[in-house]
Amino acid sequence: MPLSPDNNDEATGLPGLRSWRTVYWVVLGVFALWVGLLTVLTELYA
Amino acid sequence: MNGLDYLVLLGVMLGIAAYGMWHTRGRGDLHTYLKGASNTHWLTIGLSVMATQASAITFLSTPGQGYESGLGFVQNYFGAPLALIVIAAVFLPIYRRLKVYTAYEYLGKRFDAKTRLLGAGLFLVQRGLGAGITIYAPAIVLSSVMGWRLDLTIVCSGLLVVAYTVSGGSAAVNLTQKYQIGVIFVGMIAAFFVLLARLPVGLTFTDALSVAGGFHKLEAVDFSLNPDRRYTFWSGLLGGMFLALSYFGTDQSQVQRYLSGASLRESRLGLMFNAVFKVPMQFFILLLGALVFVFYQFERPPVFFNQAAWQQQAAGEAGGQLRALQADFNSAHAEKQRHVNAWLAARHAGDSAAAGTERAAALAANARTEQARAATKAVLRTADPRTPVNDSDYVFITFILGYLPHGLIGLLVAVFFAAAFSSKAGELNALGSTTTVDIYRHVIKPDASDAHYVAASKWFTALWGFVAIGFALFASLAENLIQASNIVGSIFYGVVLGLFLVAFFVRKIGGTAVFWAAVAAQLLIFAIYFLRHTFPVLDFSYLWYNVIGCAACMGLSILIQAFLPRMTPISADGPNS
Repeated sequence: MPLSPDNNDEATGLPGLRSWRTVYWVVLGVFALWVGLLTVLTELYA
Repeated sequence: MNGLDYLVLLGVMLGIAAYGMWHTRGRGDLHTYLKGASNTHWLTIGLSVMATQASAITFLSTPGQGYESGLGFVQNYFGAPLALIVIAAVFLPIYRRLKVYTAYEYLGKRFDAKTRLLGAGLFLVQRGLGAGITIYAPAIVLSSVMGWRLDLTIVCSGLLVVAYTVSGGSAAVNLTQKYQIGVIFVGMIAAFFVLLARLPVGLTFTDALSVAGGFHKLEAVDFSLNPDRRYTFWSGLLGGMFLALSYFGTDQSQVQRYLSGASLRESRLGLMFNAVFKVPMQFFILLLGALVFVFYQFERPPVFFNQAAWQQQAAGEAGGQLRALQADFNSAHAEKQRHVNAWLAARHAGDSAAAGTERAAALAANARTEQARAATKAVLRTADPRTPVNDSDYVFITFILGYLPHGLIGLLVAVFFAAAFSSKAGELNALGSTTTVDIYRHVIKPDASDAHYVAASKWFTALWGFVAIGFALFASLAENLIQASNIVGSIFYGVVLGLFLVAFFVRKIGGTAVFWAAVAAQLLIFAIYFLRHTFPVLDFSYLWYNVIGCAACMGLSILIQAFLPRMTPISADGPNS
């Protein structure tokens, strides 16, 4: 895949999240958490 | 609405527009006009991206969707976080490194001039046709409910947004969007708490959720693979990702928002802000609608929420039938209310058997209210075939006007206009920029001064604004234009996404192959659309046009390139990088 080498050349500036790859994993984790909570809500009030 | 409401409405809308114009006055160079001052903070970008996507109909219709169908619609947004990550990781660094003003300028650098013009042309046709709807959709609902003249609502709101977008360019759009989305958040949260306060005394939040769940309004996630289900986790994840990639990654109205960031970091964080908050925001709006449904279990709603249309027909020959159906509805609703109260009492007493019985009786009564509503819609349609029978857009505004205190009513109407203005301004800004950069500067007048291009961009932005206003005025004469706008978008989106995916991910394909592949794919989509009534096999949902257009563009590019001279792999940045 023709990704450029300077794809991750800027620091995230976020405490504890040094690379953009980590930021993306955290965002995916938040999304998974939302889906989990919505699934619990669905089951709880079915 | 009383004087206080109008004061709040006009104060908020005119105040934000005037501040945007004043704060961005005198910014004369092309870079600043099209991209802002390139010092935009990530939060402003994040809010601006959110505001561009969320139009007035989002805040008018989505609670109605929650009222009618529950939370399942939230699944449509499940693909957005994934798409935004791909855009932040792949699309954005390339756009920024090549310092492009528009997404289509990138196609010129990666392929050639004709592919750039094709991409820009497809965007202008698609977005230009849809632009009027952004103003028309809320205007038709608000003018009907408020008794305002539709044409004046369209012209006045349209001219205001044209004025500050032309005056301040991208910086004014970003700035005003930040305050507009602030008004939207404050208004929607205030409506939520007023709604909770309006629920019957003794009804806890958990009770309210139980009632909503009892009527199947809290079924947020559905993992089934049944294609007949309208919203499922899988269709939302895959279809939603496809649409979000296309919209956030290649639509200039969005690309222009995040290219204004002070750095790659600011732009990326702005996108990640949306990846994190898009799903909860839509959930909150749908939950508001589900709670409005709970509220109307204890207060009698109208049999048809578009009361202006109902009253118009009730005064005519169909009046007897409509009033009889209203009486049936009232009777069924009263019975339902009794069973809901008994169900809650049994639940509080811990009698699960009685609770189950009462809930079943409430559901049966609810089915009778739905029958009365369906019969009412049929009578309205028979009396006048032009009557729009989908009244879900009117649910939330009916609640606001009936039950919110004065002042807050004005703020909520300001929310709808703020949402309309923010998405409209983003669209006009993108249409003006693309016309200037990809057509006028590229083809018609390549060597003019910055000041000349800024003036041209202002004229083109204004021109698109007037086209949108004219289209909205015309739309008031027709029936299915909102649906038509969605179809127009789907007809073009897939092919444009295909162009960009080839550019980013398929290195051995050049401009000639992708250009003719895109033309052929677009003709294929046109053929499917126009022949769908002749060949029933082609009569499927228009959402599939996105998938077919993209796949055809990518597949045909590879096929055509196979018949052309072998070429050296090209970087995603283009042959000169």
